[in-house]
Amino acid sequence: MNVIALSPFDIGLAAGLVVSLAGVVWAQRLALAKPLLIAALRAMLQLGLIGLVLQILFSSLHPGLIALVAAFMLAVAGYEVMSRQQRRLAGWWGYAVGAVAMFVSSFSVAILALVVMVQPEPWYAPQYAIPLLGMLLGNTMTGIALGLDRLTQGLWRERAQIEARLALGEAWYEASAGVRHEAVRSALTPIINTMAAAGVVSLPGMMTGQILGGSPPMEAVKYQILILFLIAAGTGFGALGAVHMAARRVFDERQRLRLERLKAKL
Amino acid sequence: MTHPRLTALALRTGPIDGISVSVEAGACLGISGPSGSGKSLLLRAIADLDPHAGTIHLNGNAQTDVAPTEWRRQVTWVAAESAWWADTVGAHFTHRDDPAWTALGFASESANWEISRLSTGEKQRLGLLRALQHAPLVLLLDEPTSALDASNTTRVEALIAAYRARTGAAVIWVSHDPAQLDRVSDTRLALGVGS
Repeated sequence: MNVIALSPFDIGLAAGLVVSLAGVVWAQRLALAKPLLIAALRAMLQLGLIGLVLQILFSSLHPGLIALVAAFMLAVAGYEVMSRQQRRLAGWWGYAVGAVAMFVSSFSVAILALVVMVQPEPWYAPQYAIPLLGMLLGNTMTGIALGLDRLTQGLWRERAQIEARLALGEAWYEASAGVRHEAVRSALTPIINTMAAAGVVSLPGMMTGQILGGSPPMEAVKYQILILFLIAAGTGFGALGAVHMAARRVFDERQRLRLERLKAKL
Repeated sequence: MTHPRLTALALRTGPIDGISVSVEAGACLGISGPSGSGKSLLLRAIADLDPHAGTIHLNGNAQTDVAPTEWRRQVTWVAAESAWWADTVGAHFTHRDDPAWTALGFASESANWEISRLSTGEKQRLGLLRALQHAPLVLLLDEPTSALDASNTTRVEALIAAYRARTGAAVIWVSHDPAQLDRVSDTRLALGVGS
């Protein structure tokens, strides 16, 4: 492939744009210059670091090392899901529900894609496995975080309705149906919008990257379609599982609504 | 051997520390007490909506041996402020007892009313009708006439009396109004703060 290598000068030029933006923002007293520069610096360091990790990973092909990186990505994604909720489940449940749902959906979809569809040799080849898993985790993370946030907020707000329904003899899943459906809907809305606008309003990042890297457009398109479908399935099944698990946890074994099992963000 | 319709032994929930109550079929227990004495919590525990200690039996069957959905259909709590989840009145009813609707001043067209246009008093009366549609064996009424004028209060009291007489249902009636409890209940329980 004919990749045009970027020189440090090219990067420096782009960095100069950010620095000049920071200067303009600073002159206007917008208090944004510092966070902007810190974020730019973080992006550079974090991406540089992951570049090094990927380089080591690609050259070693050691399955244990790949599993370790995958586990680290999952751990961070689980933390992100937890921290994005206004009210989360108290105790280790707050972390586990999101992490378990992401693990089951993202990992099974990624393994299915690697073993059956893409078929690199070996199937866990990091050049395919890590970016694929990264894209899946990143998107299911957003979906599950939105879904869980909507769920716990809804259960909190609609306590009176839910308890009225329980009092009339409805089961927990009937009494919470409205809130659970809203939660799954908000989890799936981003990927539905992304798929609907793909190619018309925006060129998805992965496809853009492949084209810049020299792939023929139709090959890049096929990968992008595959990825979108995998993300939709991973997000959807992950959100369904997470919302179900979290909702079940907020009701106890006697199907009582136990809002004290939610903990508000401080 | 016949059991009382409902018994609660050594019930503990919130400020309530070990209360026992018993209601016979067709009877009504009136409960009074200052705010914070745990009147509502007592009803919620009997309906199994809050965790609690103590044993509760319905017709001799322990609460813990009955599926929660079945228990609440038979031992139904009616909150002081009714909550609604669909847009129209009718969507909250699976079957309508027309004589009861008429008794509380509603007609079958009332099913088409929008929830958002109901007055507090209408909501309270409809909340009671909604609870009656499954023909519960025990009714737990939390200030069931707090938002009603005198004539509607009379209607509700008469409807509950008729329901008790017709079905043998037991009623636990929480009220701030001693005169009302004199009218509607056979036995009385006064909760104090820290009882």
